[in-house]
Amino acid sequence: MDLAVEVRGLTKRYGDITAVDRVSFETKRGEIFGFLGPNGAGKTTTIRMLTGLIKPDDGKAFVAGYDVLKNPVEVKQRIGVVPEVSNAYVDLTAWENLALIGKLYGVPSQKLRENATSLLKEFGLHQVKDKLVRAFSKGMKQRLLLCMALVNDPEVLFLDEPTSGLDVESARLLREKITRYNKEGKTVFLSTHNMEEANQLCHRIAIINHGQIAAVDTPENLRAQSMELQYIEVAFNKIVNTQEFSENPSIAKTVPAGNKVRIYTADPATVIAFLAEYAKKNDLRILSLNTMMPSLEDVFLKLIRGKEAIVQ
Amino acid sequence: MSNLTEQFKRSFAIAEKNIKIYYSKGPVILFGLVFPLFLALAYVVGRNVSLKEVLPGLISMTVFFTATSVGPSIVPWETRSKTLERLLCCPVALWTIMVGDILSSFLFGLVISVIPLALTLVLGIQPLNFIMLLLGLTIANLCFAALSVLLSAYPPTDIPATSMMLSSLVKFPLVFISGVFIPVEQLPQWGTAIASISPPTYFTDMVRRLFIDAGFYPLTLDFLALIAFTAAFAFAAIKLHEKTLAKRLS
Repeated sequence: MDLAVEVRGLTKRYGDITAVDRVSFETKRGEIFGFLGPNGAGKTTTIRMLTGLIKPDDGKAFVAGYDVLKNPVEVKQRIGVVPEVSNAYVDLTAWENLALIGKLYGVPSQKLRENATSLLKEFGLHQVKDKLVRAFSKGMKQRLLLCMALVNDPEVLFLDEPTSGLDVESARLLREKITRYNKEGKTVFLSTHNMEEANQLCHRIAIINHGQIAAVDTPENLRAQSMELQYIEVAFNKIVNTQEFSENPSIAKTVPAGNKVRIYTADPATVIAFLAEYAKKNDLRILSLNTMMPSLEDVFLKLIRGKEAIVQ
Repeated sequence: MSNLTEQFKRSFAIAEKNIKIYYSKGPVILFGLVFPLFLALAYVVGRNVSLKEVLPGLISMTVFFTATSVGPSIVPWETRSKTLERLLCCPVALWTIMVGDILSSFLFGLVISVIPLALTLVLGIQPLNFIMLLLGLTIANLCFAALSVLLSAYPPTDIPATSMMLSSLVKFPLVFISGVFIPVEQLPQWGTAIASISPPTYFTDMVRRLFIDAGFYPLTLDFLALIAFTAAFAFAAIKLHEKTLAKRLS
């Protein structure tokens, strides 16, 4: 299998705290790999180890075919990084920032000029290329960071919360660009809090919690593994006693939700038939009935906090 | 070998960036230009000695303070603005960044040291060997620049003012014991011993030798001592920064 990122038992400790605990996963070439987890789960520490910023205490990691510990410079030569915190040089212009990064990657000057011009145009920054970054909005800074990460035409892009705190338009633009560059063959390693973003963009997702990987799969498979989290939301014309529902073996749990009842079940067809029969028998009218599939957020919360927390 | 050349090229890119950003920063102008100027005035005005006698100390002080004015602030500044992390994400070794920082400090010192040198020529004071003086200026600037980057390594602070202040605590005693104010040959034996641990001693001694043909050490020893200090400071700066890097990034 052609792998862009291969991680085996990666561990990082800070004193008594194990920030990343024997983490293992793989990212295939050409995929967008989502890295999800709550604050302090170990996402940024993992990215910092993969990008050669900090050394792991244990385990191995290979990026673009190179050992991160043994060949950090070769790894860095083949990756582009958008860190969690905006860190372009605010006392330099957009052009100077790109030129600096290009030189640090050893991009030949003619190629650097071409790449920088085309990226600045593509990300709508060409008009302001000679302005100091200090005067840029957050969205502009984030676009510039993506330009800086792409100026060396990397094989693998590491993006740490790239759309965090951005307005809707800027976030959408960045997502479009991420998809575009992925279609052109770049592997994207995306750390995000945004479930919808992960759902939209990622081919596969790893969920990390307390420094350990809780699950790695496609968004669809993750949802399918949590079918017990699907539910039917039904509203009757009168308030009903849900006690009777719990006697039905197909119903896992009922939870009142305003004037509706949320019924958790792994077998929605049987429960819908039961509800129709129940309404007829009790002379009730069904005002609304929706089958809700578990969202990625439900799956995430289930893995992080456990099933009961979601149902409650 | 080609990898080494490539890393050195990247050091120049880092130095170019430092020149654009840090030369115009307040503390650099204050410690690198204003401060040496006032110190020089205080040193010259009211002293009943010839300008030729005063010049070696004046040049040495200016070179020392200007060449050490940029280095202590760069790493703390970059730690604070998270740009150090940006640099380290690029395919550069830590020593590449340190060499870039040393280069930018060195160039600042070298350019500013042209001022007292030009002043001597305008006043008609000729050095005995101009080429040796230029060579000495170059190696002294490099030595003091390496020292300045070493001074930014510990403590691993992200506050430039803290680093500047702590570096001043080292820089001032080094100047006072260096023979800038009293030539080394006029010091008692214990004074000479103390002066020998200060790098500006060898540069002051060299400049005295090259202007008034008076000095305590042989010229070769002055050069060798400065080269040895440069190597030791650069090596220590890289090692200490390596050691404190994790703390800076946390």
